Amino acid sequence: MESKILNKPIPEEGLSRVDGRLKVTGKAKYSAEYDVKGVCYGVMVGSTITKGNIKSIETKTAERAPGVLAVITYLNCPNIPGYHTDNQPDKGPLKIFIDDKIYFNGQPIALVIADTYERALFAASLVKADYTKDQHQTDLKANLSSGFSPSKAKDYLRGQEDAYKLAPVKIEHEYTLPTEVHNPMELHAIIACWDADDKITVWDKTQGVKSTQRVIAQAFKLPPENVQVTAPFVGGAFGAALRTWPHEIAAVAAAKLVKRPVKLVLSRADMFTSVGYRPHTWQKVGLGATADGKLVGITHEASGQTSVYENFTEGVVNISQLMYASPNVNTRYRIVPLNVNTPTPMRGPGEATGAYALESAMDELSYALNIDPIELRIRNHADSDPLSGKPYSSKFLKEAYQLGADKIGWSERSQKPGSLTKDGWLVGYGMGAGMFGAYRSNATVTARLMADGTLFLQTSVTDIGPGTGTAMASIAAESMGISPEKIRVELGDSALPPSPTQGGSQVTSTVGAAVFDACKELKDKFRQLDGGADSTDYTALLQKNKLQKLEVTTASKGSAAMNNYAAFSWSVHFIQVYVNPNTGVVKVNKAISVADAGHIVSPKTAASQIKGGSIMGIGMALMEEAVIDHRYGRLVNNNFADYHMPVQADIPQVEALFVNKPDPYLNPMGAKGMGEIATIGVAAAVANAVYNATGKRIRELPITPDKLI
Amino acid sequence: MSDKKPCKSPDNEVLSGESRREFLKKSTLLTAIALTPGVAVKAAEGQWDEKLAGVFEKMLLHVEVNGVKHSLMVEPRVTLLDLLREQLDLTGTKKGCDHGQCGACTVHVDGHRVNSCLTLGVMVNDKKITTIEGLAKGDQLHPMQEAFLKHDGFQCGYCTPGQIMSAVACIREGHANSEGEIREYMSGNICRCGAYPNIVNAIQEVKDGGQTV
Repeated sequence: MESKILNKPIPEEGLSRVDGRLKVTGKAKYSAEYDVKGVCYGVMVGSTITKGNIKSIETKTAERAPGVLAVITYLNCPNIPGYHTDNQPDKGPLKIFIDDKIYFNGQPIALVIADTYERALFAASLVKADYTKDQHQTDLKANLSSGFSPSKAKDYLRGQEDAYKLAPVKIEHEYTLPTEVHNPMELHAIIACWDADDKITVWDKTQGVKSTQRVIAQAFKLPPENVQVTAPFVGGAFGAALRTWPHEIAAVAAAKLVKRPVKLVLSRADMFTSVGYRPHTWQKVGLGATADGKLVGITHEASGQTSVYENFTEGVVNISQLMYASPNVNTRYRIVPLNVNTPTPMRGPGEATGAYALESAMDELSYALNIDPIELRIRNHADSDPLSGKPYSSKFLKEAYQLGADKIGWSERSQKPGSLTKDGWLVGYGMGAGMFGAYRSNATVTARLMADGTLFLQTSVTDIGPGTGTAMASIAAESMGISPEKIRVELGDSALPPSPTQGGSQVTSTVGAAVFDACKELKDKFRQLDGGADSTDYTALLQKNKLQKLEVTTASKGSAAMNNYAAFSWSVHFIQVYVNPNTGVVKVNKAISVADAGHIVSPKTAASQIKGGSIMGIGMALMEEAVIDHRYGRLVNNNFADYHMPVQADIPQVEALFVNKPDPYLNPMGAKGMGEIATIGVAAAVANAVYNATGKRIRELPITPDKLI
Repeated sequence: MSDKKPCKSPDNEVLSGESRREFLKKSTLLTAIALTPGVAVKAAEGQWDEKLAGVFEKMLLHVEVNGVKHSLMVEPRVTLLDLLREQLDLTGTKKGCDHGQCGACTVHVDGHRVNSCLTLGVMVNDKKITTIEGLAKGDQLHPMQEAFLKHDGFQCGYCTPGQIMSAVACIREGHANSEGEIREYMSGNICRCGAYPNIVNAIQEVKDGGQTV
């Protein structure tokens, strides 16, 4: 730490959430929950075909229905001046209501606005469209040959291509991940309220109030400062609210048309087709090694689906370039345009998809070599970044392997699959590792100490659940030497100082560092008031100097020294499963996740974040799959009864462990991100445990009972 | 549902948009015409029929929410969830799926947990509703709220009111006698952030603490 810690106001187990009281009493307000005078309600109508054109659309009946204020379609949508082009690839998200073209099933064709939600919902059922249908394509596997290399992810080669094929021991397998949907519990929602012809306030579900401000300003040709975006509470997002989606633009346009505030809450079914998903991805991994387990070559190919109007690209194969010290590595990544909506990064984005394949393949190799899977990884441990050659800023992955192995009782595991049983169940152990870039970008924080000793911390970042506000309060409490109870954190408002979008595991590093820097500057100001002394009796100093408050606004960014290092967070996940040999039911009995995420600034919320990521990975491994009926190109399980996510009965006492050693370079707290690594590697750990229990290698997720019997 | 029907509701026939309008013209509006012919006929000509129908379609509802008695005119199709959120500004009760599949909308009706999205407002006539806003006694949190805070039984906080209402009921029902039983009886409340282990720990602590819930 750059500055000495004055005292220890934070308990060992970490702070309870600073916004916890609001959340447990129902007082935390999410985007749809603001009582805006004169608000009316929007309900979306989706296309019932998958590709083609709207031949005609009948809205008269809906318009005549009680309480209906407007039915907006491409025929009457108010001009959105920022929409210059039609839906060409890589020109941003779907432009809503601009023409008669249908690219995917469920694509919005109308937005019904009425004075009550019930009336809007009923009227939406009255909108009828006739279509000219074209032959659609929604099946990834049937369209792999139409994949192409996107401009943002070129083929990679280190050493010799496909070197694994010549190695003494080699494996080569295909792995498939189905489409997974973020499904945060809060439905995406926006209230759009024009305050004047060129000024708007929106209460919106977004991970980035500043980015939403920019996108709405661009779409409606407004000065950004005339767009006020508010999101102090966000009910989960996991990537689904990283961008500003068509429904948000539609709500803003609708509010302009009806000259009233419009509230638009997506339905759960809408959530499957409107706000992205983790794309269905096919992968093939070839690994070659010497007989003593040194990797000779890695070849990793992947093809993921995208929409026909956007080239969605993610780092599926990157992990194979980065994770292990193999002299020969080549990767190929293709995207396959289909008649589906555009994917969007979902927690641990492409890396979680890639890690499922790579870490499953490493497990397969360990059996081929008859070497313990952890030992195999240690033999191929990368001591410096294989991609850039740079030293790591910090890496304690070996410690993480050890911590997790000890905790789960790895020594009880048998290298021979199917050899352990308990009470008639097959018992298996598996592990999988993960990594994700550790970043720090720019943020500005205002720190204001009031005469009553209250410290306000303000910045525009949103807290979608990881506990950003709690981490900020923890850092400030330690730095200023004041009780966390005296700290008020204000977030999620575009009028506050700039911060990055919540995502990419960078917020604690970035915003936390800005809090640290702001507190340092504030303390310096107090020190000047105090004639150079180091008192933490700030109220007395303010009183003595007849000041109501002392305030700093500090912009913070990383140092250039970071360019000399490769910075990553690391994780390793251990799973013990019970598999019923008769029914194929898989029960996760133990789940231990270990993170090397630098110094842990907020232990309680950090542990929750790791556990939650692990649970999302268990869902990925065992149950989650959005199913399209390719005859119609339509999702058949777009609800929680049919799209299975983990529930209480599926989940044991997941444990989170931390190496908890600071990264010396990334930021003054020594913290690295953990949101992504919490999930990256988990699905492989589960699949590997299932193999260890049963001897059955399931290479097509999810591992449902039918695949095991 | 109470036997006392505040006013007559339309039959249970499923009516499409067009026939619904016809139905209204023939029945409700005709009733109205019989009462005040001149005004109503004029209203029909000016497409006021729907507005009139809107009034006639509403039913009187007496309900006590968090100890406060309300007499409301509500459309029979309004769910208890939307009634709470959109008409009573009690937004602590959350909409996660609107299909009874996630539990975010859990409230207590006469002390029992129900999914308010699967309950029509008119079904709770003369009943007592407790929502998350009614659980604490002033500034003093309910033990379950305290336990959720202590054990970090949530992250984003969106499913939390439903989890807490369900957790309180889970103990009251006598379904919190082991970790396994808690998991089984709390499986109707989905948490996408994955706070499940912490939620179980919170419930166990309250159960073992023996406080009255």
